[in-house]
Amino acid sequence: MTALLRVENVTKRFGGLVAVDHVSFELHEGEILGLIGPNGAGKTTLFNCINGIYRPEEGRIYFRGQDITGWKPYYVARLGMARTHQIVRPLAELTVRENVMVGAAFGSKQYDLRTAAHIADEVMEFLGLAERAEMLAGSLNVAQKKRLELARALAAEPKLLLLDEVLAGLNPAEIAQMVEIVKAIREERGITILMIEHVMHAIMNVSDRIIVLDFGKLIAEGTPEEVSNNPKVIEAYLGDPELALKLTRKSNA
Amino acid sequence: MKESKRAFPLADVLPGLPDQHWASFVLPLAVVLGLALFPFITGKDVHRETMFTVLRAIVMAVSLNIILGYTGYVSFGHVVFYGLGGYVGFYLVSEKGMSLWVALLAGGLAAGLLAWVIGAGILRLRGAYFALVTIGVNEAVRALIQNLDIFGGPLGLEMNFSVYKAYGGPQAMLQMTYNILVGLAVIAVLLSYAVRTSKFGLGLLAIREDEDAAEVMGIIAPKAKTWAYVLSAILPGMVGALFFFRNGSIEPHEAFPLHISIEAIVMVMLGGYGTVLGPILGAAGYQVMRAFLITNRYLKNIQLTVSGVLLLLIVLFIPAGLIGWLRRRIPASRRILL
Ligand SMILES: Nc1ncnc2c1ncn2[C@@H]1O[C@H](COP(=O)(O)OP(=O)(O)OP(=O)(O)O)[C@@H](O)[C@H]1O
Ligand SMILES: [Mg+2]
Repeated sequence: MTALLRVENVTKRFGGLVAVDHVSFELHEGEILGLIGPNGAGKTTLFNCINGIYRPEEGRIYFRGQDITGWKPYYVARLGMARTHQIVRPLAELTVRENVMVGAAFGSKQYDLRTAAHIADEVMEFLGLAERAEMLAGSLNVAQKKRLELARALAAEPKLLLLDEVLAGLNPAEIAQMVEIVKAIREERGITILMIEHVMHAIMNVSDRIIVLDFGKLIAEGTPEEVSNNPKVIEAYLGDPELALKLTRKSNA
Repeated sequence: MKESKRAFPLADVLPGLPDQHWASFVLPLAVVLGLALFPFITGKDVHRETMFTVLRAIVMAVSLNIILGYTGYVSFGHVVFYGLGGYVGFYLVSEKGMSLWVALLAGGLAAGLLAWVIGAGILRLRGAYFALVTIGVNEAVRALIQNLDIFGGPLGLEMNFSVYKAYGGPQAMLQMTYNILVGLAVIAVLLSYAVRTSKFGLGLLAIREDEDAAEVMGIIAPKAKTWAYVLSAILPGMVGALFFFRNGSIEPHEAFPLHISIEAIVMVMLGGYGTVLGPILGAAGYQVMRAFLITNRYLKNIQLTVSGVLLLLIVLFIPAGLIGWLRRRIPASRRILL
């Protein structure tokens, strides 16, 4: 099986700081791959390299069989990669619907406006945003804005979806709901997912495999079970005892 | 579903935004045509001359709105397109003996071409940097033209009045150029509506709201912005050619006055940036106010001060402008007020 996404030795520096340090991994079609790591580990920066916001100083990125290293984000998007932002970026003065239409109209299928509107309606329904369709995106609360991020990305009908902490700031009920949505995205829409998450029980629950970044380096890779028993991973989280505790408790359960 | 790589709007123009009421299309046109017809009804030349300045302001504001209101780039020196179009058109008529029609096309083309050439470079700058550079462009083009002998240097060019004979004499020419301006204003409104309701326009709005997010969603921002800039430049170029033909002379300080740019920005902000109807109402409203000020003995010298204060007040208290404010307050109005 060829990989949908292959990241090879990718390195991104900010001045003297190596935010992403020779990272390599593969992602197969239909997979949900979790990406975890302590704060500042370089997870978002890795996303930014993958979708073309940054050009990595070293390494290559292959997506759908093409070398997309150094491509601009819009070409990457058109090739079928969509993402959400950790810090939400709503198009504040457009309605929720228009926001989602942008995703559909400029994503992998380049739909015309009428079709984009239908797709937006369907996606908003799926994510429970339908009643808010005519509200200005700027007036949503944070949880709703997170959903909007996801809705725009889904409307693009991508092959690969990059989710950057879509669960952050949600309450337990909302988290449970979102976990089901993420699963449904893979099951019903056949979209491959790479997701960054700090909510350990959730990411352990949805991912087929997990990779772990620490100080920009990939320190572990494996099933949720393997990763949460990996001493290196536990050590990486020791700076954050609460998380380490959660991690071990979950793996014992 | 068919694949399309175009960033240019025309393919998606006809369907328009889903569930937009037809009135959103008719209303802006009706306002412009209503204003344009007024002198025909009264039959007074003075009304025609007043409406000429109103319609010119409408074309300037509606065009500027494409880059300023839809795309979010404050083109402060937008008058450069008006001036350049004016000079190119004037030169072709008075020095080369070409017809007004050629002058109009050439004026629009020159302005569009300038926007296209500089757009790729300067549209990379954001916020105040872009605004400042557009002022610089205006000054640079003015300085260049001032030093070009073919354009008459600092003195400019004068039209030989015999030129107007071909257009039925000065009186008929005044009416004809007015009629042409009405046509240009209608085209400006149609263009603005087409852009606003097209997929291309949705891309521009996304760029205005968050350019980085727009690019992540697949919008080729550099291309879309350049097209928006070109579209916003063409009609000002044509109106420049038309105005100076009518005027009978052209000079650098008349062709590139920065205050025309500033006033156009005030008009767009007053009526509501990013809407079709807003800049039309803003331009008309502003011209009425201006006419009141310059005919008032005490206020005529502070006319520009008043527009500055006005801009400040709008930005502080109703940043969305009249139409933007209505659209926000009354969501149901959005289908009609575009
Ligand atoms: N644009 C930037 N310029 C300079 N340094 C940056 C930039 N973006 C990120 N960094 C630094 O790179 C490192 C990795 O940041 P990144 O945002 O990728 O971490 P993260 O794993 O996503 O963290 P979090 O879990 O807090 O979101 C951090 O030290 C951060 O300060
Ligand atoms: Mg992050």
